[in-house]
Amino acid sequence: MIRFPRGARTTTLALLAGLALPAAMAQDMLLARNLAATCANCHGTNGNARGDMKPLAGVAAGKIIALVADYKSGEQPASIMHQIAKGYTDEQIKLVAAYFAAQQPQK
Amino acid sequence: MTNSLQALSRRRLLGAGAAVGGLALAGCAGVPTSGPPIGRVVIVGGGFGGSTAARYLRMWGGNVDVTLVERNPNFISCPISNLVIGGHKQMADITRGYEGLKAIGVKVMQGDVTAIDAAGKKVKLANGTELAYDRLILSPGIDFMLDGTPGLAGALASGQVTHSWKAGPQTVALRQQLQAMPDGGVFAISIPKVPYRCPPGPYERACMVASYFKQFKPKSKVLVLDANPEIQSKKALFERAFKQHYEGILEYRANNELKEVVGTTAKLEFDDVKANVLNVIPPQRAGDIARNAGLLNMNNRWAGVNWLTMESTAAPGIHVLGDATFPAPLMPKSGHMANQHAKVAAAAIIQLLQGQAVNQTPVVMNTCYSFVTAKDVVHVASVHQYDAKDKTFKTVPGSGGVSAAANQIEGRYALSWADNIWADALAL
Repeated sequence: MIRFPRGARTTTLALLAGLALPAAMAQDMLLARNLAATCANCHGTNGNARGDMKPLAGVAAGKIIALVADYKSGEQPASIMHQIAKGYTDEQIKLVAAYFAAQQPQK
Repeated sequence: MTNSLQALSRRRLLGAGAAVGGLALAGCAGVPTSGPPIGRVVIVGGGFGGSTAARYLRMWGGNVDVTLVERNPNFISCPISNLVIGGHKQMADITRGYEGLKAIGVKVMQGDVTAIDAAGKKVKLANGTELAYDRLILSPGIDFMLDGTPGLAGALASGQVTHSWKAGPQTVALRQQLQAMPDGGVFAISIPKVPYRCPPGPYERACMVASYFKQFKPKSKVLVLDANPEIQSKKALFERAFKQHYEGILEYRANNELKEVVGTTAKLEFDDVKANVLNVIPPQRAGDIARNAGLLNMNNRWAGVNWLTMESTAAPGIHVLGDATFPAPLMPKSGHMANQHAKVAAAAIIQLLQGQAVNQTPVVMNTCYSFVTAKDVVHVASVHQYDAKDKTFKTVPGSGGVSAAANQIEGRYALSWADNIWADALAL
């Protein structure tokens, strides 16, 4: 799994990518960022959710991966996430989880 | 990027043993956050699509020069506006400002774009201002096709009939008509043939008006005149709501296409419906600005796009978002989807401005909550992965779906969804 520097914003990641990281990893970082952004409509920008939605910023990657797996399998009941989780591959969920884990939760 | 973040990056890189060598941070191939902009992007339309594009271009792109042109002073959300019509929310609840976008460096201009010079890469505003761009984003939403329904244009222009399919003064007007209507009156809503903006929206509206009548005007009726052969979204859930909550108040009629409007009378193929309040959702196409730019290459109605970049298939350098696009299979015209389009476009434009390859595996998803009572909500969700062979988005088999039943938990989620997507789009 790729690891993001904790608290790094995406411009930082892009800068890192352009600097010295292998091209494939740079691509993964952008892909992770783009995939995680598909969650933001409900879970907030960079995972900083409001209201009744679950915040994802700063949540451990393993926890997100396990929860999504439980949504997929039906182990974890949900109103909607069981349907959405099945739209993403396990590899995509790993990228998304790594991205959110690296985000600094905002107040 | 702040200096502390730059320092963090440098530390992390050195700590990781990365070969930074003699490279200066500011001069390398990443996205520069200071110095001259990497490009100029003009965005026309500050709704769900355009606002999100502006926000994400600034957030992801570092120093991209972003100008957003919007004709209205504020963002007024179509999602949740049916609750205003039903009396469960106020206009202030669905109105947000552009101050968040301004604070992150988006130049927000109130005005109307009157002309696009694709060859010269500039747009012209009604006040004479010209804006040059490297990439143009159009997120114009929909405009109405009124010519096929005699009397409709005049009825809408006079204010006697509302569409309320663009939130704002039209939302208020319909609310006021319903409040002024005597008990025992008839509210009729006309739904056009698909495709139209927000497939479940008309049925949600019917529920919201019926909920208002049930409480305050119990002798009144809601008549749903649907040009389609059946309910177009969440069918079983809306049918259940109509029966469970609004039996005797709400009547649904399939295959009832509006032919003509006379006063507040809807003339149909076989009969006339005399309404006290007539709400007509007209047939739709992409917004005027996209049509005038020659982008409506799909059925002369919608803009075809390259789904990897959201770039028009009719004009290079112009990207189109949201309801104005000719959709991929099973892709709804929704604010949520426009937000997702915007993120695909923002990511691609940043790459294109730097001469880099764009993401070849984009994903978009949609969630739509509909209120069937003031508190009970039903959803539909879908996930769309890019298919390289067919060059379009396709829904993932086995994913997505609708609520098992209307419920109040999703009533809370629906309002939180709105708060989150408004904040995501507008940098609130």
